[in-house]
Amino acid sequence: MNSLLQLEKVSIRFGGLTAVSELDLQIGTNELVGLIGPNGAGKTTVFNLITGVYQPTAGKISFGEKSMAKLQPHKLARLGIARTFQNIRLFASMSVFDNVRAATQLHRAHGIRDALWRGRNFRDGEKTVGAQIMELLEIFRLEKFRDESAKSLSYGDQRRLEIVRALATKPKLLLLDEPAAGMNASEKTELMRLIQFIKDKFQISVLLVEHDMQVVMGICERITVLDYGVKIAEGKPDEIRANPKVIEAYLGN
Amino acid sequence: MFLARPRIFLLAALAASVLLGIFQSQLDPYFVDVMTRIGINIVLAVSLNLINGHTGQFSLGHAGFMAVGAYTAAAMTMFAGPHIMPASAPEFFTALWFLAALLAGGIVAATTGLIVGAPSLRLKGDYLAIVTLGFGQIISVVFRNIEPLGGALGLNGIPAYTNLFWVFAIAALTVYVITAMVNSTYGRGFIATHDDEVAAEAMGINTTRFKIVAFVIGAFFAGIAGGLYGHFTLTISPRGFDFTRSIEIVVMVIVGGMGNTVGVILAAILLTLLPEGLRALGGISPSLHWISESRPLLYSILLIGLMLLRPQGLFNFRKSSKLK
Repeated sequence: MNSLLQLEKVSIRFGGLTAVSELDLQIGTNELVGLIGPNGAGKTTVFNLITGVYQPTAGKISFGEKSMAKLQPHKLARLGIARTFQNIRLFASMSVFDNVRAATQLHRAHGIRDALWRGRNFRDGEKTVGAQIMELLEIFRLEKFRDESAKSLSYGDQRRLEIVRALATKPKLLLLDEPAAGMNASEKTELMRLIQFIKDKFQISVLLVEHDMQVVMGICERITVLDYGVKIAEGKPDEIRANPKVIEAYLGN
Repeated sequence: MFLARPRIFLLAALAASVLLGIFQSQLDPYFVDVMTRIGINIVLAVSLNLINGHTGQFSLGHAGFMAVGAYTAAAMTMFAGPHIMPASAPEFFTALWFLAALLAGGIVAATTGLIVGAPSLRLKGDYLAIVTLGFGQIISVVFRNIEPLGGALGLNGIPAYTNLFWVFAIAALTVYVITAMVNSTYGRGFIATHDDEVAAEAMGINTTRFKIVAFVIGAFFAGIAGGLYGHFTLTISPRGFDFTRSIEIVVMVIVGGMGNTVGVILAAILLTLLPEGLRALGGISPSLHWISESRPLLYSILLIGLMLLRPQGLFNFRKSSKLK
C-alpha cells in the first residue's frame, strides 16, 4: 500500500507534559483511518501536529515524499492536507457560500488583478468557483442555505459545512476532528454514508478522530488507539473491539 | 448595487467629479471647503476600513501614512516642480505633475506601510495597535527634525492644486479598488483573516500576506489623501498628523460599522459635517452660542451615545454576527 502520510516516532512536549510520545502512524492512499482514545489522550494534538499548528519536539512527519518540518499551516494546506475543527471554526461573518469560497483560494484561476479589472477572466473564474462550491454544497444538502449566515445553521449543519469547506481546498488527506459530535442518530448514519461517499468520489484519505464508537467501528478500515499520548493498539475494528488494553483504557479495571 | 455594475459605478462617479471640477468656481467657497474635507475623509476612512474593518487588524497609524504622502507630494510640487516646468507651463502639465506627486506620495506611504507592517503584523490586536501608535509618533518626530521640510513649523506655500475633481475622482477610485478587491474570491481571504486566522491558515490562506497587502494598500491611499490634504490646506506641519488625527479616522470606521464600506462613507460625511453643523447651530442666536463653544464636548458625548446605542456601527443594518 502506498503511504500518504507517515509519522515516525513523533513526540511533542509542552513544558513537563509529554502530550504525544513516539507515535508511529501511517495513512495510505484512499484509506479511512480512525484515531480514538479517551479524553485527553492527545488526539487533537496529533491533528495539530499534522496540520503544522504545532511542531514536533522529536520525530519526523512526512507527506507523500516530502518532509513537513517547519511548514506553516497554509503551506500544508497547499500540499493537500485539510481539516475540520473540534470546536467549530467557521468564518462567522460570512455566508455559507462564502465560507466555502474562502477555501478555494488555492485553486482559483483569477487573482487580484482580475478582481480589479472585472473583465471576462474574473466572471469566468467566479462562475467556475461558484459551480464547484454548489456541487459540494449539494453533496451535503446545504445548497438551500447558500446565502444564510454560517452561524445561523444548526450545529450538525455547521459540522457538515466545515467538511465542505475543507473539501474545497481539494485535499489528498482530510482530517475530521469529531465530525459526529452533537449529531443525533439519523444524522450520524447520514454522516457515515457521506464520509464513505466523498472518500470514494474524490479518492482521498481520511483520518477520523471520533468519540462515537458506532461511527468509528462502522466506517474505519483501520483504527489506532491512543492513551496518554501513547499508541496502545492498532488494527481492524474487530481486533480493536476485542483488545483488552483498549477496554481497560476506556473502562478502567 | 455597486457589485452588479462596478465599472459603471466608477465611470459615473468619475463623470460626477469632472462636473464638480468644472463648476467649482461657481460654488460657494465654504461649500467647496466642506466638500473637499468630506472627500479626503472618505479616502482615509475607506482605506483604513480595509485594514481595521475587513482584515480585522487594529491600526492607529493612519495619520502617519497620511503625513508621509503629504510631505512627499508637497516636496514634489514645491521643490521639484519649478525646476521641471516653467511657471508659464500650461495647466494640463501642472495637473499631470500634481498627479505624479500624489502617486509618489502614495507609493512612498505604501513602502513605509510595507516596512512597518512586515515585522509588526505578526502581532495581534492590542499589540499591533501599540506598534502602529508608536509608528505615528516616530513619523511626527522624524518630520519635526528634517529641516529642509520645515522642521516643526512644517511647509508653507504649497500650491493650491487640490480641487473637487481630484478629491472625488480619487475617492471614487479608492472605493472602487477596495470594494472590487474585497468582493471577489481573492478578497474573501481578507475577511477569513478577520474571522478566524487559525481556520483561514488551515484552508490554505496565507494570512500574513493578506494582512500585509491590506496594510500596504491602505497606506497607499492614506498617502494620496495626505497629498490632497497638503495641496488643499497649503500648509502642513507634523502636528497636523498626530495621534488625534488617526483617532478621528478610526472613529469614522467604527461609527460606520467595521467592514461596511457604505456605512464608513456615510460616517465620513456625517462626522465631517457634525462640527460644522454644531458651529452653524451656535451662530443662529446668541442664546445658542454655547453650542459652538462646546463643540468638542458635544461631539464626544454624541460618540459615546452612539456606541452605547449602536455598537455595531450607526450604518450597519445587517444582523451583526461579528459581535461575539
